[in-house]
Amino acid sequence: MTDMAQPQHWRAWLLSDRPASRRQARLGRAYAGWQRFTTNKLAMVGLAIVLGLVLVAAFANVIAPYSPVEGGDLRTERLLPPSAAHLFGTDDQARDIFSRVVYGSRITLFVVVLVAIIAAPIGLVVGTVAGYAGGYLDAILMRITDIFLAFPKLILALAFVAALGPGIENAVIAIAITSWPPYARIARAETLTIRSSEYISAVKLMGASPWRIVLRHIMPLCVSSLIIRVTLDMAGIILTAAGLGFLGLGAQPPLPEWGAMIASGRRFVLDQWWVAAAPGAAIFIVSLGFNLLGDGLRDTLDPKASDQ
Amino acid sequence: MGESHATDARLSKPLLEVEDLRVSFPSRNGPVEAVRGVSFTLGRERLGIVGESGSGKSQTGRAIMGLTPPHARITARRLAFAGTDLMQLSARERRSFRGERIAMILQDPKYSLNPVMTIGQQITETLRAHSNVTRAVARDRALDMLEAVQIRDPARIFGLYPHEVSGGMGQRAMIAMMLIADPELLIADEPTSALDVTVQLQVLAILDRLVSERGMGLIFISHDLRLVSSFCDRVLVMYRGRIVEEVAANRLNDATHPYTRGLINCLPKIGEDRHPLPVLDRRPEWAE
Amino acid sequence: MAVVETHRPGDIKPGRPRARSRSLAAASGIGRFLVIVVLTYLGLLAVTFFIGRVIPVDPVLAIVGDRAPTHVVERTREELGLNKPLIEQFAIYVRNVLTGDLGTSVLTSNRVIDDIRRVFPATLELATLGTLIGAVFGIPLGVLAAVKRDSLVDQIVRVIGLVGYSVPIFWLGLMALLVFYARLGWTDGPGRFDIIYEYTITPVTGILLLDTAMAGEWDAFRNVAGHLILPSALLGYFSLAYISRMTRSFMLNELGQEYIVAARAKGISESRVIWRHALRNAAVPLVTVIVLSYAGLLEGSVLTESVFAWPGLGLYITNSLQNADMNAVLGGTIVVGSVFIGLNLLSDLLYRFLDPRTKRR
Repeated sequence: MTDMAQPQHWRAWLLSDRPASRRQARLGRAYAGWQRFTTNKLAMVGLAIVLGLVLVAAFANVIAPYSPVEGGDLRTERLLPPSAAHLFGTDDQARDIFSRVVYGSRITLFVVVLVAIIAAPIGLVVGTVAGYAGGYLDAILMRITDIFLAFPKLILALAFVAALGPGIENAVIAIAITSWPPYARIARAETLTIRSSEYISAVKLMGASPWRIVLRHIMPLCVSSLIIRVTLDMAGIILTAAGLGFLGLGAQPPLPEWGAMIASGRRFVLDQWWVAAAPGAAIFIVSLGFNLLGDGLRDTLDPKASDQ
Repeated sequence: MGESHATDARLSKPLLEVEDLRVSFPSRNGPVEAVRGVSFTLGRERLGIVGESGSGKSQTGRAIMGLTPPHARITARRLAFAGTDLMQLSARERRSFRGERIAMILQDPKYSLNPVMTIGQQITETLRAHSNVTRAVARDRALDMLEAVQIRDPARIFGLYPHEVSGGMGQRAMIAMMLIADPELLIADEPTSALDVTVQLQVLAILDRLVSERGMGLIFISHDLRLVSSFCDRVLVMYRGRIVEEVAANRLNDATHPYTRGLINCLPKIGEDRHPLPVLDRRPEWAE
Repeated sequence: MAVVETHRPGDIKPGRPRARSRSLAAASGIGRFLVIVVLTYLGLLAVTFFIGRVIPVDPVLAIVGDRAPTHVVERTREELGLNKPLIEQFAIYVRNVLTGDLGTSVLTSNRVIDDIRRVFPATLELATLGTLIGAVFGIPLGVLAAVKRDSLVDQIVRVIGLVGYSVPIFWLGLMALLVFYARLGWTDGPGRFDIIYEYTITPVTGILLLDTAMAGEWDAFRNVAGHLILPSALLGYFSLAYISRMTRSFMLNELGQEYIVAARAKGISESRVIWRHALRNAAVPLVTVIVLSYAGLLEGSVLTESVFAWPGLGLYITNSLQNADMNAVLGGTIVVGSVFIGLNLLSDLLYRFLDPRTKRR
């Protein structure tokens, strides 16, 4: 009986329309959002895929039956079709493709996380500073943002990597450099609406410095819309990284990067299709997961845009 | 054109009969009824429908027009226009009524005129949808119509886009667009609420004259009780999807329903002490 | 895939007042817009200058390669004016680019601009056909999806969109080659034509469909078309995914507007309400979307052309990359960037043309 009553109790507490504390109100809102989110089946699928990616990356050494870089016997184990021993077959170096795909999740996650933690803060700072400062600073910063926005991102990333030298870190830098402008736009738009609100004037009257206002009072409020946008961009980041890998500019062999794996498999695609098929499918599923999750997040957190 | 004969025939039966009209919208928590059993009949007269926002007055008008969103459900024991049961008509037949026999004026010309078509195109479109007239004839008729809504330079306005004219001018264009096919019934849904006060009066005067001249029936939907009572013969007061009272416009002070009385009491009067401000009383049981 | 990353449906939030900020300068005058274009172009050149001359420790080595003899290195250094201050170098760089001097390709020993002029039509042919397919099928699909919300068509558009936003284009290309060329034999393989037509086809415009048709070489025409069909269908798919999804979103927005109610109240036909009223309004932002999708396909050519061995700008850039031919890479970047800026300008002009509210009277 008490087991039944207990959850009832905290649900009521969470969904109370008269929250007693700020924490309760915040938790309650998060819970209501979560409830709305869970009714969206596709978003839940997306969440499952993304969580799956994280788990596979974390436990890659447990899941993968073989080494991702060391191949088997080159005379007998090259380019084997999928079988019980090698779920996705083996590649031209006699390596187990399944193990490589599993380990590749680490690289994908690494790229995605790193791009997000480089690009999002750049965009956040540029956008909030431009929005709050206004005037010339705003005009200059936004002009730079617009210029970057009008560039061909992929080609620019290519040129950056070409100059910096191929490699996964440089690929991350190149992608980050080309993907911050939309975040700056969003952060600026949010800042403009927040800036004119009453409580910012109150904070100002209390003598807070502009930096403090931007850091403590404006940036936190921009974060939620930025998270939606970053999640929606994740798929694009994965695809760009894979594209760089495919062109030989991303992760270098023998790293099991999915795009590079497709590139090495394309020579055999007509006869040993599985070499290229598996990593491509992995990219597709993970991107799909991020897209579904991003769409779901947007519908939950930004109901205005949910009609789209 | 056999006008008198037609008028006689029309006079013999009511223009519009509405009986137990219901409009409901599906929602996550089951269907929500916006209109809950509205009944009235209308001759060639001016009927006002008053109520707050959400009272179902606009949905009543749109249901008569057949413009309820497709996901909504409409039922009625009878919904007949000039003896024709509207509920039995196919979508195509229903459409042939719209514009030609029943027309509707919407609230804000800023939104209700298509921004990428010229005013002239939009007016002639109504005409050409219902009769086989040439482009030139349609243009002449539209210019006449623009003149009828007291637009001084019809030829110029004809070629302008909606954003290039003022609100009052836009609403006149809207009236022209809706009246050009000579409808018998006009539903005006808050036709002046979006306009400046001085312009409101001009537009109302134009509407008043055209309705009288053409002998149309009029349903005037508004939240403004005083406006409705000065403009109409009869007033229906709606509350939460129901008609709570029907009064003759000139006997407004005899209204008995507490909701209507509340609405009347909320109107300011010159020289009266307005302290404390009256608050409109709303009771769920009135909606039962 | 480039189509995918630049613009998400969430970017353009419809609603009144209409989201007009989409186009760079819908609100401001055309003169101001031209200033912005010039600034953007200078920005592009600044970035390529930075990549080519500042990032490499020794730009000369990056250009001539590290195996070049000393006198070549020295001569190049002087030719490039690398002993001058950076700002002056940039001024020279801008002047060179504006006069069409993008340097010389190490790989082909041709002027980069000549190389690009030779390969660009191949890319143009592919991207144009792809966008055409995307617009011709994508717009009606998007309109139907919006009109019949949650219907089968709507679900199909949603799935097409999700797959298009999630699948790596180069992988899908490989798989398509495997299935439709190798296994089913429905289409021709990589390249623009079979080797036996090498001497039948004389490029005039570089658009081989036109060239063969004008020469009356119908065998070659068929061969060219057979080679085109797979890559253009692939690009068309990505374009369609984007265009149909955006069309749906714009149409939903327009169909919810009051002027649609008014149009229906006039008694005009539903098809006229949809195509003449709603779509005509949706077309205003849609033009930007189509132009952007075209730009995306041009950019995405680096990946598709690599898969289909399509001798266009993308393949040229990729080959140059793999041979560290920086002049060619940056030249290609500048050309693609210029096309982007040009397309932006074009979409703005179309916008002004389509939306009477941007015209001043």
